[in-house]
Amino acid sequence: MASASIPVYNRSNNPLENSSSQNASRESLKMEPLAVTLLPGEERVIDKDIMYICPFSGPVKGKVFITNYRLYFKSADADPSVTLNVPLGAIGRVEKMGGASSRGENSYGLDITCKDMRNLRFALKQEGHSRRDIFDILFRYAFPLSHGLLLFAYLSQEKYEENGWSVYKPMEEFRRQGLPTDKWRITFINDNYELCDTYPTILVVPFKATEEDLRKVSTFRSRGRIPVLSWIHRENQAVICRCSQPLVGMSGKRNKDDERYLDVIREANGTAKLTIYDARPSVNAVANKATGGGYEGDDTYQNAELVFLDIHNIHVMRESLKKLKDIVYPNVEESHWLSSLESTHWLEHIKLVLSGAIQVADKISGGNSVVVHCSDGWDRTAQLTSLAMLMLDSHYRTLRGFQVLLEKEWISFGHKFASRIGHGDKNHADQDRSPIFVQFIDCVWQMTKQFPTAFEFNERLLMTILDHLFSCRFGTFLYNCESARDTNEVRSKTVSLWSLVNSDSTSYLNPFYTPESSRVLYPVASMRHLELWVTYYIRWNPRIRQQQQSPVEQRYMELLALRDEYLKKLEELQLTDSSPNSSHLSNSSASNAASPTQHINHLHTPF
Amino acid sequence: MFDGRVLLKQVILLFWPLISTWVQGAEKIDSCQLQVLEMLSSLGSAGGKSAKPSFVSYVTPEEIKSEKEPSRKEKHPDLLPGEVVFCSASTVLKYTQDDLSQRGVFGVLLCTNFRVSFVSDEEPTEEMLFKNKLYGENDIPLSCVDNIYGDKRKLITGGLVKNKYPSKMIIHCKDLRVFQFSLSFSKEEDAKKIFQGIVHHCLEPKSLRCLFAFSYCENTSYPGSYTVENTSYPGSYSYCREHLVSRLPQYFIVPKNVSDEDLTKYQGKGLPVCVGFYLSLAHNHLYSVKTEDLSDTLPTVQDILLSYNKFKQFFLIDNTTEFWMSDMKWFSSLDNCGWLDIIRQCLQKAVEVVESLEKENTNVLIMEEGGSDLCCVVSSLVQLMLDPYYRTLLGFQSLVQKEWVAGGHAFLDRSNHLHLKDKVESPVFLLFLECVWQLQQQHGPAFQFSETYLTVLSDSVHVPVFTTFLFNNDGHRDSLLRAESPHTQRSPLNCPTVWDWSVQFDCKAQDLFTNPLYTEKPKQDTSVRKSYRPRHLRQLSLPSSAFKTPPKKGFFKDEADNLKKILGVKRLSRWMLSPSSDSPQTSSSVREFYEAWQTKPLDYHGLLLPCLDGPSIRVWMQRYLRWIHDVQILGGGPVAMLSKVSEILGEVQELQRQLDRHGCTLTSNHKGARPRAKTAAAVIAARSSVRLSSSFPFVTSRNWAFKPAIPTSLLQSLMVTGMPGNLADREDDGGPESLV
Repeated sequence: MASASIPVYNRSNNPLENSSSQNASRESLKMEPLAVTLLPGEERVIDKDIMYICPFSGPVKGKVFITNYRLYFKSADADPSVTLNVPLGAIGRVEKMGGASSRGENSYGLDITCKDMRNLRFALKQEGHSRRDIFDILFRYAFPLSHGLLLFAYLSQEKYEENGWSVYKPMEEFRRQGLPTDKWRITFINDNYELCDTYPTILVVPFKATEEDLRKVSTFRSRGRIPVLSWIHRENQAVICRCSQPLVGMSGKRNKDDERYLDVIREANGTAKLTIYDARPSVNAVANKATGGGYEGDDTYQNAELVFLDIHNIHVMRESLKKLKDIVYPNVEESHWLSSLESTHWLEHIKLVLSGAIQVADKISGGNSVVVHCSDGWDRTAQLTSLAMLMLDSHYRTLRGFQVLLEKEWISFGHKFASRIGHGDKNHADQDRSPIFVQFIDCVWQMTKQFPTAFEFNERLLMTILDHLFSCRFGTFLYNCESARDTNEVRSKTVSLWSLVNSDSTSYLNPFYTPESSRVLYPVASMRHLELWVTYYIRWNPRIRQQQQSPVEQRYMELLALRDEYLKKLEELQLTDSSPNSSHLSNSSASNAASPTQHINHLHTPF
Repeated sequence: MFDGRVLLKQVILLFWPLISTWVQGAEKIDSCQLQVLEMLSSLGSAGGKSAKPSFVSYVTPEEIKSEKEPSRKEKHPDLLPGEVVFCSASTVLKYTQDDLSQRGVFGVLLCTNFRVSFVSDEEPTEEMLFKNKLYGENDIPLSCVDNIYGDKRKLITGGLVKNKYPSKMIIHCKDLRVFQFSLSFSKEEDAKKIFQGIVHHCLEPKSLRCLFAFSYCENTSYPGSYTVENTSYPGSYSYCREHLVSRLPQYFIVPKNVSDEDLTKYQGKGLPVCVGFYLSLAHNHLYSVKTEDLSDTLPTVQDILLSYNKFKQFFLIDNTTEFWMSDMKWFSSLDNCGWLDIIRQCLQKAVEVVESLEKENTNVLIMEEGGSDLCCVVSSLVQLMLDPYYRTLLGFQSLVQKEWVAGGHAFLDRSNHLHLKDKVESPVFLLFLECVWQLQQQHGPAFQFSETYLTVLSDSVHVPVFTTFLFNNDGHRDSLLRAESPHTQRSPLNCPTVWDWSVQFDCKAQDLFTNPLYTEKPKQDTSVRKSYRPRHLRQLSLPSSAFKTPPKKGFFKDEADNLKKILGVKRLSRWMLSPSSDSPQTSSSVREFYEAWQTKPLDYHGLLLPCLDGPSIRVWMQRYLRWIHDVQILGGGPVAMLSKVSEILGEVQELQRQLDRHGCTLTSNHKGARPRAKTAAAVIAARSSVRLSSSFPFVTSRNWAFKPAIPTSLLQSLMVTGMPGNLADREDDGGPESLV
């Protein structure tokens, strides 16, 4: 099955694993000398003898294979066997290291910066421009969009039982939430992306607001991103609405339509005050006035209270993750680890995002409707609404529900994946790049850590999502918004990541999951409980033990198996007891029972 | 005059058993005696409004209960045998800990010879699941009081200020609870007495015989004293039965070719004794000895205390706002106090010793001034890493008995129950438990005991009932218990040890001590088991002075040299010559050793090594965060997962029983192991209607507000300065030109 070659997480696929990959040895028979199964549609481009400068075990001689999807390296010696399996999409930057006259061992070669928290260095022989071909090819295939090539997602011929594109159907999701109601209606005003080119086609707006009202409001909201409903509380009818900043500007412009529109949102469930959460620090919100933006003033929006959530912008987050990478790769900072960690501010940002979402969820639980925005409403806003929805609605904590959440709040509402990740783009220094989605997944991970029984999916799903955020193997995270996806026929020409996941859903399930439908989850947004996601950020370090299964999980699965064995045995015994020649049969069942027990001994679970 | 009174009181307390027997016998009280007791009460150490009732309280505890309670409306906690109320005050307000609203409950505050106790006027609403039989949630054993603060958070030290008392009293406990009482609603006289009484009994120097254990034990018929499990040692070592000096345990092991005469020359000071070994005699000639001077490389007991004092402050929370203020600087504060680093250093040292024993086939001689602090830490950690037996409940118990209690760790001095100025207080034993917790955290299934067990054990050090932690060494214990025995001159006083958990917890609560993840090694492997064990492990303790240039005791060096000759020392080196205690850098050899071990498949019944990297050494959340309301994860935390494991384990056990009833023969190893596998399943299952929190089992769900804790003061401390081009001020997507 094609999913056998997920590039990462799987222990055998960890490229820095010392033990030779079982996968590789089995499949090498088929594909000499490339020891990995190619994906349907994947083609080999170049092979080359090379030296991999492993930061953990030193220089390793071997061969590198480049396909239109991945970079694969295998060491020549079996001991220690080193393999690398990197999707080209994860490569952020390729540079030449040293020159023809550079002195010193292994000083001439390639330096590759990856988007997934690692760097790779390869050394080549200094004579005869030995690196020219490989550099050119790598540069072309790692950044296909900069060279007029297609992203691999368009070349892939993968087939799955499930079609992931059918996971999210906006109408179905709104119906699940109980929409439309007498206060909220579904509108197709954006069917041709005319109202807002970064919004989806189907929107939920107040029943009282006419299409004309919506058009008027859209002129006063940055990029036409008007307040629309994201989620509604079934009992108290409080809603989460999302939008972009109002275009107040230096002169303090007002827009009666916008003011009335927000008041209609407030009225819908009859609360006295509408809470507007501006995700930004207040200083930044004020500064935005200079560029035509701003925030809702108390005097103009009289039935609304404005709360700033102090979450910083994409540039701050990018620098923060960069600093984090500096202290964990290749080696974990040894002296004053905790102070170094603090100085990256990464967990502090996580804390702020989480506590913002907690405030939103708390307001909704209390029956108050909220409007969430930042500047454009596609970065911090997406983080806050989706996290709050995860806290409020247990459906989003299931494997399928989580996919719906991502499809809805992130993909359909125009989080600019293409700009933030830079798929296939050589411009590594692009200021639009930022790990906002990574940060969101980290927040989800923090929640799963604090509530280990509340989520149907496991850590592996989160890792897989992040891996394919970069890999360009699936169409799911490509492009900035729905209109661009339509233009580029993503849904008809590429495979969805959810096809891969849902065709093999058991490996993404959390065995401890205990559904509790009405429960609101409030994580504790204190640094005391937030921890660095070591198994993601430091996974390339061989000293961090990558366990396929946590010992707790392993023990639990063993016990479940044991319980089933015993139940079966008991059933057999009860049957034989009631049969006439029981003595004979019970003997045989006792001997039958020996085999599961041996199996159990093998699992080391005697009592 | 004042000192004289204290002294007098101590004398009386010292001989209090005698007095009480005498009083009971005589039935009439000598006026002179009465005077003495009245003086006591005027010191603030007698109960109630007059001296008389306090005197009665000295007769027998039973009488207090039967006579006093009906006549006076004051409430008492259920007193323990031998427990006596010194003083009390009513209408004391105990603040609810989790807010600044100054709300609280009224009740009676008492000080007894065992505890400070608050008895609420309101009926208790909920039965505690994890109830300690000796003291409740509003009781603080006297030895558990850490610091007392008065108004404006002024630290109260001993020495009474007459006629003065604060309106608000904050008590920080050694188990990290924080109590805040308002005395302003009580009668002035009562308030004064209770304050002075608490300060006097909790903070001022006292004699060992004042500790509650003595009066407790006299009033209980405790069945029998604990004996350390007998371990048989191979024959090449002789038992030394000489009672050399009181510092050494009664039995210890030395090489066979060392005569008893040699030993007496050590005067019991830091004689190298073997603390544990698995020996294959045939390889004797391969042995060499390495010495490891812990004084050079590890922090001193003073460093440990200093660091811990800084560390614990992060958890003694009496103000939510301050708590959230400190939250942003949490990691660097943690780093600066150095506590985690000390833990790392101890673990690293233990790994170094393991490496020498395992990889280099060398014996290791651990030395330290005194030989009973860090030696105990390192040598017990080494044994824990090497031998799976010590990771069982019974094994761990015998490890602590062997290495710490018999090993002469000065529990009394280090916990400074007596508040003597000349003793060096230091949480060395806690440091050891912290290290064990780190190991357990990293390799959960290898340990039979749970994290709760370790937390409770760390609390029990401050409950002055158990003889385990009351003395400085075996000799000290024997002589005192013998002297204190009320019955005959010969049989010593029988006191419970901490290991008799039924003194503190009922069976259900004790179930929480077992780790549901633990699996025993399959029985059929026992034949092979020996080969898993290290072939040899010998650790010896010796004061470092023996190898340094000897001070006055010139003979010491000679003796040590002599001993080294006897041991057949081939090589003697200190491999950590440069004192590296300042830098936490893991030495490269330790790193390689760890990496080599890591590549092998993990065997929970074999050698265990801890990962020492920054992210791997963590804060013991259960112990330190359990009382802080704001950081409780309601319905979450690791317990949510573990309780599911326990649940299934309970089901499996029930099925096993049913199968047994059907006469189905399970393999012997299942049967034999069953009684041990008793777990918390039942306890937790019974509570399944109530969601557990991350503070389980220490805090119940009672005060669950469904409001989440929202951090206050978020931005103040967030520093985003010093970034190129001041990124924080920039627009997300380019500048003004990108705005429509």
